[in-house]
Amino acid sequence: MTLAHLDLASILLAIPAVMTLVLAVLPGYRLTSQLNVAASGLTFLCAAWLLFQRPPAGRYLFVDDLNIVFVVLSTFIGFTTSAFSASYIGHEIETGKLTSAYVRFYHAIYQALMFAMNLALLASNIGLMWVAVEMATLTTVVMVGIYRTAEALEAAWKYFILGSVGIALALFGTILVYMSAEPVLGQGYDAMVWTSLLQQAARFNPGLLNVAFVFLILGYGTKVGLVPMHAWLPDAHAEGPTPISAVLSGLLLNVALYAVLRFKILLAANTAVISPGPLMVTLGLTSLIFSGFMLYRRDDIKRLFAYSSIEHMGIITFAFGMGGPLANFAGLLHMTMHSLTKSSIFFAVGHIAQAKGTQKIAKISGLTGSHPVIGWGLVAGVMAIAGLPPLGIFMSEFLVVSSTFSRQPLLAIPLVFGLLIAFGALLLRVIEMAFGESTSQADETKASTVPLFAHLSLVLLAGLYLPPHLVAWFQNVARLLG
Amino acid sequence: MKQLYFDVAHLLAGGLVLASFVLLYQDRMSGLINVFTVQAILLSFSVGWQAHIQRAPHLYVTAAIALIFKALVIPLSLQNMIERMRIHREIEVVGGIGMTMLLGIALVALSLVVVLPATAAADPLAREDIAFALSVVLLGLLMMVTRRNAVSQVIGFMSLENGLILAATGAKGMPFVVEISVAFSVLIAFIVIGIFLFRIRERFDTVDLQELDRVRGDQR
Repeated sequence: MTLAHLDLASILLAIPAVMTLVLAVLPGYRLTSQLNVAASGLTFLCAAWLLFQRPPAGRYLFVDDLNIVFVVLSTFIGFTTSAFSASYIGHEIETGKLTSAYVRFYHAIYQALMFAMNLALLASNIGLMWVAVEMATLTTVVMVGIYRTAEALEAAWKYFILGSVGIALALFGTILVYMSAEPVLGQGYDAMVWTSLLQQAARFNPGLLNVAFVFLILGYGTKVGLVPMHAWLPDAHAEGPTPISAVLSGLLLNVALYAVLRFKILLAANTAVISPGPLMVTLGLTSLIFSGFMLYRRDDIKRLFAYSSIEHMGIITFAFGMGGPLANFAGLLHMTMHSLTKSSIFFAVGHIAQAKGTQKIAKISGLTGSHPVIGWGLVAGVMAIAGLPPLGIFMSEFLVVSSTFSRQPLLAIPLVFGLLIAFGALLLRVIEMAFGESTSQADETKASTVPLFAHLSLVLLAGLYLPPHLVAWFQNVARLLG
Repeated sequence: MKQLYFDVAHLLAGGLVLASFVLLYQDRMSGLINVFTVQAILLSFSVGWQAHIQRAPHLYVTAAIALIFKALVIPLSLQNMIERMRIHREIEVVGGIGMTMLLGIALVALSLVVVLPATAAADPLAREDIAFALSVVLLGLLMMVTRRNAVSQVIGFMSLENGLILAATGAKGMPFVVEISVAFSVLIAFIVIGIFLFRIRERFDTVDLQELDRVRGDQR
C-alpha cells in the first residue's frame, strides 16, 4: 500500500498500532508517558478531522454516521485518560507499586487497547469487528492483572474466562449471521460486510437471524456488563490500575454496545424476525434495578462506581431497546454523558485512593477538608452521575423517562424506581466520604486535575446548553438506529 | 458421491459431540487431556474433509493448525504443566456425573430443537453441522460450569472453541480472515492463560479456583 492510499481512518488506526511497538522498546517512564499522551492526542485529532472529511468506504474500514459518534467519543476519552494516567503512573512509580519495566509494558498495552477499540468501531465487516473486540478483551485482561496481587489475579482470571465465553458466543452468532446471509449474498467476503448485509437483510433466513441475535446479545452483552453476565465487571474495575477502570467504563462498554446496536439495526431491516427491543429492555431494566440494590452493599470505592456503570449501561440498553427517535436520542446522549462523567469520577477516585492509601469507603472520610480540590471534584462527579440538575445526565435521564412515559407508561415505573434506588445509594456513600472528620493519613498528591474538570465542565455545559449542531447530528443518528 | 460426503462429515461431527460427552465425565487430569487430544484430531479430520468437499484449499491450513497446535502442542504443554504442578489427583465434579450427563443430553436436544427448524431451507450438511457445533459449544460451557480446577476450565473452553471452528468451516465460503483469526486467537488466548496459570501458581499452592474465591471479601 502506498502512502496515497492511506485515508484518514487508516491513519487513525496506524498511530496507536505504531506507538504500541515504539512504547514497548523505549525506556524511561517520563518519556513514554508523554509519548502516550501525544499519541492519544494525535488519534483524537484524526477522529475530529473525520467529522469534516470522511474517507470513502474501504475494503476493511468504513466511517458512517453511527460509528463516528463512538470514534470521536472514545478517542477523546482515550486522550484525557492518558493525561490522567501520566500523573497517576508517576505516583505509582514513586511508591514502588509498579516498576519501570511494568510501566513500559503498561503504556504499550494502553496503545494496543486504543487500537483494538478503534478498529472494532471502524471495521466494515462483522468478522473484523469480532477480532478487534477479542483483542480489546485480551489487552484489558493483561492490564487488570498488572499489579499481580492475589485480588488482581483473581479479577483478571474471572474477567478472562467470562470475557472469552462471551466472545465465543458472539463468534457463534457472527457465523450464524453469515450463514443466513450466504444464500442471498453469495459465498465470500460480501456476506460479512455491514453495508451489503443491511441492504439485503430483508431477504435473509429469519429463523437463523433470530438464533444469531440471541447469541450476539448474550456474547457482546457480557462485555457491556448486562446483568446476569456482569460478574467480571466490578472485580476488573476494582483491581486494575485506575486509568484502566476509566477506560473500561468510559470506552470498552460502549464498544460492546456499539456491536449490539449494529446487529439490532440489521434485525430491524428484516420484518420476519423477532423484535430485538423487548429483549434489550428486559436486560436493561434488570441491570438497572439489580445494580441499584447492589450499590448499597459496596465498601470499595471503585466497586461502587463499577456497579454504577452497570446501572447506566442498563439505562442506555433500555433506551435503545425502546427505540424510536426520541428514546434513541436519549440513549446516545446518555451514553456520551455517562462516558464523560464516569471517567472523570475514576480520575478523582484514582487520586483519592493514592492520597488516602486505601480504596475502602469506611476509611475515606472528610475528603473536602483534607483534599478540597479532588474532594469537591468527586462530589461534583457523583452529583452528575446520580442525575441531579443542571448536569448533563439529568437531562438525558429525563429524556429517557419522558419518552418511556409517552410510549409505555407501565415500563416507566420500574425505570424510575431503579433510578431512585441508585440515586439514594450514591448520595449516601458520597456524604460518608466527602464530609465528616478526616481520619486516615493525608498525603498530598501532585495530581493533575485538568482532565477531571475538563470532563465535568463538558457535562455541565451539555446540561445547560446543547449546540444545535450536536442535536441535529444525534437526531440523525437516532433515526438511523430505528 | 454426495451421500458419502454427507455421511463422513456427519460421522466426524458426531464424533466431536461424543468426545465432548466423554470430556464431561473424565475425573482425572491426564484422562481429560487425552480426550481433548482425540477431539482435536477429530476436528482436524472434520475440517480437512470440509476442505475436500467444498474444494476450499485454504481450509487445509485450518485443519493443519488444529492438528499441530491443538492436538500436539497444547496437550503436551498441559501435560507438562500438570506434572510440574503435581495435580494428577482427582477432579471434583460438581453435581455428580449422572446429573451432568443428563444435562448434557438436554443441551444437545436443545441445540437440535433450536437449529434444525430455523434452517429448514438450508443445505442439509450445513444445518446438521451447525446443530452439532452448537451442541459442542453448549457442552463446553457446561464443562466450564461444572469444573472448579483452572486447568480443566481451560480445557472446557478449548473444546468450546472446537465447536466454533466446526461451525465456521461448516458455513460455506466463510472468508479466511475469520478462520485464521480464530486459530490465532486461540494461540494468544492460550499464552495468556499459561501466564496466568503460572502467576496463580506463584501465589497459591493450588490451581483450585475455590482458593481464588477466598480472597474476595467485597461485601461488608
